[in-house]
Amino acid sequence: MRELRYREALREAMTEEMVRDERVFIMGEEVGHYQGAYKVTEGMLAQFGEKRVMDTPIAEEGFAGIAIGAAMVGLRPIVEFMTWNFSAVAFDQILSNATKLRQMSGGQFTVPIVFRGPNGAARQTAAQHSHAMETFYAQIPGLKVVVPSTAADAKGLMASAIRDDNPVLVLEDERLYGIKGEVPEGEHLVPIGVAAVRRAGTQCTIATWGKMVPVSLEAAELLAAEGVQCEVIDLRSLRPLDHGTVATSVRKTGRLVIVHEAWPYGGPGAELSDRVQRDCFDSLRAPIVRCTGRDASMPYNKKLEELTIPGSATVTQAVRAVMAY
Amino acid sequence: MQDERTELLKLYRQMLLIRRFEEASAKAYSQGKIGGFLHLYIGQEACAVGTLAALEPRDYVVTTYRDHAQALARGTSARACMAELYGKVTGCSKGLGGSMHFFDADNHMLGGHGIVGGHCPIAAGAALASKYRGDGAVTVCFFGEGSATIGAFHEALALSALWNLPIVFICENNEYSMGTPLSRSLSVHDVSQKGPAFGMERDRFGASDVNEVRARMQVAIDRARNESKPTLIEVALYRYRGHSMSDPGKYRTADEIEERKKTDCLLVAEGKLGALGVTEAELLAIAESVDAEVEDAVQFAEASAEPDESLIEAFTYAPGV
Repeated sequence: MRELRYREALREAMTEEMVRDERVFIMGEEVGHYQGAYKVTEGMLAQFGEKRVMDTPIAEEGFAGIAIGAAMVGLRPIVEFMTWNFSAVAFDQILSNATKLRQMSGGQFTVPIVFRGPNGAARQTAAQHSHAMETFYAQIPGLKVVVPSTAADAKGLMASAIRDDNPVLVLEDERLYGIKGEVPEGEHLVPIGVAAVRRAGTQCTIATWGKMVPVSLEAAELLAAEGVQCEVIDLRSLRPLDHGTVATSVRKTGRLVIVHEAWPYGGPGAELSDRVQRDCFDSLRAPIVRCTGRDASMPYNKKLEELTIPGSATVTQAVRAVMAY
Repeated sequence: MQDERTELLKLYRQMLLIRRFEEASAKAYSQGKIGGFLHLYIGQEACAVGTLAALEPRDYVVTTYRDHAQALARGTSARACMAELYGKVTGCSKGLGGSMHFFDADNHMLGGHGIVGGHCPIAAGAALASKYRGDGAVTVCFFGEGSATIGAFHEALALSALWNLPIVFICENNEYSMGTPLSRSLSVHDVSQKGPAFGMERDRFGASDVNEVRARMQVAIDRARNESKPTLIEVALYRYRGHSMSDPGKYRTADEIEERKKTDCLLVAEGKLGALGVTEAELLAIAESVDAEVEDAVQFAEASAEPDESLIEAFTYAPGV
């Protein structure tokens, strides 16, 4: 199968869906003439024109709200946040409008919309540009939140997000944009809410998402050399959260380590832990452990940044602790 | 002359219906039959009625939490509106929205929004969709002068002007953002002056004469429809009641309110109707039919069923993919 970079796979999904459906368009800062701050939308302006590839000024609350209004009356917008950090400025539009209009109107209006962009720490972008925002968004009923970790999923989850009649958040990752992987040509839909087992193993389950997937796979490789066989599960979707796939694995391994970049206080990792301990109480041989970003604002310094986000060393350490319990 | 008479009678009836509907809702609220917030439009009726009279069915209406008048003037039945206030399943939002969140998809009423200014981008989005599709529809967006200080309002104006969207922004300036008078909330009291800052046409007038409101709105609506250009309009008006039912309005004097009632939109319309040859008996007949319609709405709301528990999660997600 041919290989694409993650950013090209995202672009291919958006392009194919825009060809398929006239109602789909993309808007955001620098998505058109500049060809995308991270080149995800490169070439799309030339193909679709300014009507469907709309450059916006720096007004996240304004254009997020405009896209929601357009979705309410029948269009299917894709909104690019240059990074998810800036979505905080538009948070009220997502919280109070995108996810509430259907409920408040008694089901009369729906909001088929995609919000997308890179999430989490890039490289030394410091405290205001390194937020893992899923902690906030996964809380909200009415949203779907997906986090592709491979090029194939980048295409398949993006296409599913665009076709979904609900607001879907696609949390991408700057550090993943350049990775290559096999991507099916033509229609490729990955269902939202279904986790993927990335590595089979029998002794400890590692559940994770986004750029912590390759980190966890690297840790699993190191642990295999020590004789510890880990099963690595890529959740892919944080809302809905496929705890069933994790529970099935934990019933086999008896152990669970949850790895995520976001802060330790609450979030999808804590939610998963809560669900699995109830589902698998009799199977657990050790407490569920979360290996998370540190409880601090992101430091600029390279060494400190690396210490703040989980790496393969911290993941292996967590697994060893669980194995030794 | 005959057309003018018929048309004004229609608008007068709408204004009277809104007034009597809200008086009945205030009564029901004080009886504990309506919960939450209840923001009354009493005194401002000519603004909603005059504006919506200038619209076509394909146009969109977006407004704030003070939304009863817009829904009623747009054609949502008094029954569906009153039932919504009572939280009944027969309400225009199935009892899930309440006073602040009236929606009516069939009549292109896009709500009833509770976050000050947060609905201004939503309205601009409906206008963007009209431009995208070329459907010729215009969106009108109502908000209070209390919205003129928040970012979402300014971003909606900035983008609507930049993209030449077919929209009319209507600032209902009732001089008080909750309990704070203009003098303590806005550095420039003329809100319409913000239009030219974005290269947007503006207008500013009072709302005691419903015909005047309609005529002035028509100019802006035509500009939106024919030239795809936005307008910012400031309408000077006055609410006789507090910000909501829980506001006794101690920041205003009784004299101030009585003075404003002298130019009440119903009084002005009655004067004009008299000049057009409408008799006291005809006005009385209208009042009686309005009272009957409101009483019927109250009875309907009282008799309607509560929404079932199954509706709590029923609308969280749309089923289609």
